[in-house]
Amino acid sequence: MQRPDDFSERRKHLAHFTDEQLLAHFWQLTCQVVDPLIDLAKKHTSPSIERSVLLRMGFSSLEAQPIVKIGVERGLLGKGLGHLVWRLAQLKNIEIREAGLLLAGGNGWDELESYFAAKGGA
Amino acid sequence: MEKLEKNIKIDIEEILQDLEKYHTKKRGWIWRKKIPNQKIGPFIYKQTSQSLTESQPLPAAKYFGNIDPQPDCIMTTEIASGRFEDDIRRMRMAAWHGADHIMVIRTAGQSHFDGLIEGTPEGVGGVPITRKQLRATRKALDLIEEEVGRPINFHSYVSGVAGPEVAVLLAEEGVNGAHQDPQYNVLYRNVNMYRSFVDAAVAKKVMASVGMAQIDGAHNANATAREAWKVTPELMVQHAINSLYSVRAGMPKESICLSTVPPTATPAPCLSLDLPYAVALRRAFAGYKFRAQMNTKYMESCTREVTVTHVLNSLISRLTSADIQSTITPDEGRNVPWHYNNVHGTNTAKQALIGLDGLQEMVELKMDGPLGEKVREITERACLFMEEIISAGGYFQAVEQGFFVDSGYYPERNGDGIARQQEGGVGVNTIVEREDDYFAPVCHHFGYNKLPLDVEKECDLIDGCTLCDPKKIIWIDELDENDNVHKRLAEKSAEKAQGLLRPEVQWAGDGYFVMTLFLPAPLRIAEFAALEMVKKMGLEDGEVIHKQAMQPAEGTLVEVKARMPFAIDPKTLIIPEEQPLMSAEEIREDITVKKMKIVAATVGEDEHSVGLREIIDIKHGGIEGFGVQCHYLGTSVSIEKLVDAAIELDVDAILASTIITHADVHRINMRRLHDLCIEKGIREKLILVCGGTQITNEIAQECGMDAGFGRGTKGIHVASFLVKRRRELE
Repeated sequence: MQRPDDFSERRKHLAHFTDEQLLAHFWQLTCQVVDPLIDLAKKHTSPSIERSVLLRMGFSSLEAQPIVKIGVERGLLGKGLGHLVWRLAQLKNIEIREAGLLLAGGNGWDELESYFAAKGGA
Repeated sequence: MEKLEKNIKIDIEEILQDLEKYHTKKRGWIWRKKIPNQKIGPFIYKQTSQSLTESQPLPAAKYFGNIDPQPDCIMTTEIASGRFEDDIRRMRMAAWHGADHIMVIRTAGQSHFDGLIEGTPEGVGGVPITRKQLRATRKALDLIEEEVGRPINFHSYVSGVAGPEVAVLLAEEGVNGAHQDPQYNVLYRNVNMYRSFVDAAVAKKVMASVGMAQIDGAHNANATAREAWKVTPELMVQHAINSLYSVRAGMPKESICLSTVPPTATPAPCLSLDLPYAVALRRAFAGYKFRAQMNTKYMESCTREVTVTHVLNSLISRLTSADIQSTITPDEGRNVPWHYNNVHGTNTAKQALIGLDGLQEMVELKMDGPLGEKVREITERACLFMEEIISAGGYFQAVEQGFFVDSGYYPERNGDGIARQQEGGVGVNTIVEREDDYFAPVCHHFGYNKLPLDVEKECDLIDGCTLCDPKKIIWIDELDENDNVHKRLAEKSAEKAQGLLRPEVQWAGDGYFVMTLFLPAPLRIAEFAALEMVKKMGLEDGEVIHKQAMQPAEGTLVEVKARMPFAIDPKTLIIPEEQPLMSAEEIREDITVKKMKIVAATVGEDEHSVGLREIIDIKHGGIEGFGVQCHYLGTSVSIEKLVDAAIELDVDAILASTIITHADVHRINMRRLHDLCIEKGIREKLILVCGGTQITNEIAQECGMDAGFGRGTKGIHVASFLVKRRRELE
């Protein structure tokens, strides 16, 4: 878009603000811009977010990578990959680390899918 | 290595040992301890912080008792040689000059790397940020901060498509500050905008959990826009979006640092444009912190010009405020910064900030006038920008419509902004909605997190996360058997073992150095002539890094960098021994027992008097203070008159000063003095001493003097010599 500098016209509604009111207006506008963004973030996750969870759970970057990759392929990112590792450990009664390494190696995924399918159907 | 020794190089190989077991105790950002009205030497400073236990003061400090006052704000230096092992040595040098915020530039391309990099591969224009690189660097910084007596904040980047993972890595490895701004990813790295914002919230909360300071990315608009001062309303908008987004993600205001650059540089009347913006920003963002960056937009290869720009930038900091004063190396317009230029950049800021200490107690900003009007106008323009984002449907729509980095002074629009597609960019379509049963069993996780069990803290589910228990971190050493630090260190070790010496600017023993030439030829001829000269000198890889016409026909200043194709063995050098100094008491005692008389003058057609007076004058610690009786004849004294006075006064020594060296007149004067004393038959019983800025002991002795003294000489050096020499003659 091309537009000449129409500041003197455009600013008319701001002219009567004191400096303090102007800043309050600025921050109120900022809230209106930012709030939907932060709301989006609260409700979503991403491969990098899930890898960051796995790192915090004590997996290396090399181990986190395949777990998330397979999780994405199987459409399970929305459950949380940390959740999946924890769930598999519960289902098989094994350690968290062992469960994660199984998933990294491509194992245990069907078991998880069956669990969620059963839970969803119940 | 438990502790560094001042006179011993930091041992990188030792730093690399047992890294898998090293866990720093460092967490979070540490500000300097400000000390108002601090007495340092004879002065009272208003804006300084605790002094260092070890430091390298400014060169002129020797006239002020070697004091090294440290400004109240944190001082940043950015280090990016591509090899972290060499960066560590540079960090130590910078810390000794007062840098306590060490920012490591990432290698090109890391922001598009979907995951973490491991090991220690070599980088381009920066270093690959990896766990090993971070841990080794933090370990070295832990030693360096102990040595200089001040905490050092280590800084990296949480940007790109792996932001959340990088944030966790940095938090685990004790990194104290980081850049994080989702807008930067969107505008400059073309990361998908949804992905960038979703990732950013998680990253910010992790950063906040360890008290890391965050620096935003708004200043990049200055560097990108054609006319940098016109983006100031947008900069306020960008700062506001990231700042509030960070607060909403859980970061405290005092950890959020606005990265702000004075947008303009000379020959523009920069202060009149930069100051209103700086004031507007500080008024609108009360409670947040300010990272004052220096201008890079208009940097050319002239290091002098850059330095003046950066001093003017420091003036803005002192006229307003700066919590962090960042520095830019003066050579950034020529090459990847050289290590000694990190020191120069740091010193430019330190010198300017200390020189401007207490400025606001003497001058006040006049808000009633053009400054106040411009502050208001920028703020109003920023409000209008924000209003239009909302009317466009929000941030994502505004980005898609090219609102940002348009070269027009908002609301003026030139249609050349950076537009990004909502359905485009790196990482498009990769965010997924969290389902009802989504959870993450780790601490400090932003957003919806429905834990399946009732636990006190999230990571109780897995018996602790790495942020609570660092022992859970999995260590990866090297992934590439050829591209790693151990290989690089081994390459150099043969030469290192022999103790050979090469100049260097960037990497250990790289051989590079710079030559300054004035060539009485026009620009283009001078440039190619300089390269030919480099070749004829037998140097390699010559490259002109600066050229500047002095006058189109009369000549050109050229600076050339080149590589020296040989190394020197310091063991083969013949280095004259430094004369040990006698103590002040011993000198005084000797002169009390046996009086000493001297005659002194500046010889030839030379009106310089300061140096000689410093050597003589009791007030300046001169030889009078040791009881030497001095007869000072003044300046422009002929050799004949000086020798006649020596005979008449029956002195022990003649002190001659010769500053002018044109046509070697200093050598001629010294020889003439020696010869005339022989002619008059007094040479054997008289001590002849000569001093001057271009004099060395070697030159003086060549010309028949008993000793010569150059720059930095104090009375005690001369007195000590006179007493010793008199003993020898007796």
